[in-house]
Amino acid sequence: MSFAAQGDTPYNYAYLDEQTKRMIRRALLKAVAIPGYQVPFGSREMPLARGWGTGGIQITAAVIGPSDTLKVIDQGADDTTNAVSIRRFFERTASVKTTEATHEATIIQTRHRIPEAPMQAGQILVYQVPMPEPLRKLEPRELETRKMHGFAEYGLMQVRLYENIARFGEVTTTYDYPVRVNGRHIMAPSPIPKFDNPKMDMSPCLQLFGAGREKRIYAIPPHTRVVSLDFEDHPFRIQSWKQPCGLCGAQDSYLDEVVIDDAGGRMFVCSDSHYCETRRAEGHAGPMLGHQAAGTLAAASTPAKEPRP
Amino acid sequence: MYVAVKGGEAAILATHDLVAEARRGDPAIAEIEVAQIREQLGLAVARVMNEGSLYDRDLAALALKQAQGDAIEAAFLIRAFRTTLPRFGSSLPVETSRMAIRRRISAAYKDLPGGQVLGPTYDYTHRLFDFALMEGGNAPEAPQARASLAETMPRVPDILGAEGLMEPETPPEGDPTPFDLTRQPVSFPADRDVRLQAMARSDEGFLLGLGYSVQRGFGGNHPFAGEIRMGEVSVEFVPEELGFPVDLGEITLTECQMVNQFAGSKDVPPQFTRGYGLAFGHSERKAMSMALVDRALKSREFGEAADYPAQQDEFVLYHSDNVEAAGFVEHLKLPHYVDFQGELELIRRIRAEREARLAPEPTPIQEAAE
Repeated sequence: MSFAAQGDTPYNYAYLDEQTKRMIRRALLKAVAIPGYQVPFGSREMPLARGWGTGGIQITAAVIGPSDTLKVIDQGADDTTNAVSIRRFFERTASVKTTEATHEATIIQTRHRIPEAPMQAGQILVYQVPMPEPLRKLEPRELETRKMHGFAEYGLMQVRLYENIARFGEVTTTYDYPVRVNGRHIMAPSPIPKFDNPKMDMSPCLQLFGAGREKRIYAIPPHTRVVSLDFEDHPFRIQSWKQPCGLCGAQDSYLDEVVIDDAGGRMFVCSDSHYCETRRAEGHAGPMLGHQAAGTLAAASTPAKEPRP
Repeated sequence: MYVAVKGGEAAILATHDLVAEARRGDPAIAEIEVAQIREQLGLAVARVMNEGSLYDRDLAALALKQAQGDAIEAAFLIRAFRTTLPRFGSSLPVETSRMAIRRRISAAYKDLPGGQVLGPTYDYTHRLFDFALMEGGNAPEAPQARASLAETMPRVPDILGAEGLMEPETPPEGDPTPFDLTRQPVSFPADRDVRLQAMARSDEGFLLGLGYSVQRGFGGNHPFAGEIRMGEVSVEFVPEELGFPVDLGEITLTECQMVNQFAGSKDVPPQFTRGYGLAFGHSERKAMSMALVDRALKSREFGEAADYPAQQDEFVLYHSDNVEAAGFVEHLKLPHYVDFQGELELIRRIRAEREARLAPEPTPIQEAAE
């Protein structure tokens, strides 16, 4: 057999065949109809590794069209290795326009962050999910956890949070912090820092979650109540930093710690690279902007790209 | 820094070139051909076909070449291709009782109709290096048997079944189309068609370990290798417009049927129970391991306690897929610094609070002497 003879792209638009896309869209519709409920779907083998965003890629492939503009971020940044790889995948298979600007994107596929710039109505935020089951660490058997969701039997989760507080004085979950969606299902928000949890609440955008390896899809429709679990006397708190972003001076963004020398020196910079660049372009400056170590971090991003020919 | 720095895209593209260069090795050495892999690394090709779930020796050989011999990476390539193939129908069930036998042994009987056929096997070799292979040269020609093999080679479980001693293998009510786990999500408890299908594409090493655990006591079975057979079977397909079966060609299969004890129950007299394994190519270790775990996973049907990993379908099915497992284990290489920052912030704060709590109360200043 000779596959070379078939040309470079014997693949359908956006890689998946149309039947598969329909199957995924059906699962998405069900997921939107029951916010926070995990819909099993016939997850396909993808040309990227399981655990590397295959769930998110399948959702994006099922909803993307030639008129879309795609942004892909990992850890908040557009230029992290896997974000680059996924963006290239869609440039190749869906000839789609890509961007790094949050407001320009119609679809944003993300791993571990929600952009700092507020999401807008009409945008779709696609999350890559490694472990869709928020109860998995409490109960390893799928057979049981599905029942627990079915009966809204969430006492175990409250007990775990309580035990955390009893032992450490606070809930020690810093990312993938469980939320209750639309007053019903407890949901794993994917490993976003709990800093991002409040952004999910009543968001005007559509939020879709894909777990490829675990074969689950779930969703939060626009303007849906999303509450991080807590107790009256121990309200939910998000991370905070003592200093602003070293590059742009932002005080309201999630900061990453960058080690700058071998003597314990470190600086804090926005994890959302586009947010940070935008602020710098507007003239904001952080205390470290002129610093030598900031050089590689502060390089300007590449402008929005048209699809490759 | 492999993240965060600008220019990640150029670096990624460079890794593609670099891996191609590494794959080629020393250019002074002749490049290996796909046909050579297909013909001379047949057992590796079989493993890739099994774990990639596609019977195509050429593509499996290409996958091995492209993956530098990494069996899991090669299976991944096969699967990512397989998933894009259109499904035009299902073949008829292959008839292993009509296999063109190349190897057939039974450990349960000394002799049986059709006899023991040793075939090509490493079982009776001494694992001493054959340094002649270092030089290359012509392989000796195997002698021809004086008589051809018997026409009929009954399968051992069928012999036992004729006496009513073997658990019958009957299709479920209505003989439904088997589940396709590459198209539908699996739910639990998983039926046997799902379990066998998952094991057919499972990692050989993982199944081997699980099968071994059953034998060692983490599960109650120490069975007899009722029969292992390997050879060619034809695949038949009934095109809708013809209405009769058409021979699509031959595939090589290895089948293993394990014979296990079963005490019987109130309704069923004591009888032997089956463990079944089937694999592409010559893959005996895989087929045997699968047969061991298949029997262990039947514990629920036989009302046995499922106390051990090999007896638990969720454990076996979720963790035996090496492409999935490799993906998730290796995703730890992806940047996690946002989450790690969350943990850093937490641990620093908890430590600071703890220090403040444990700090000795400041001692009151001594009154000056009067």
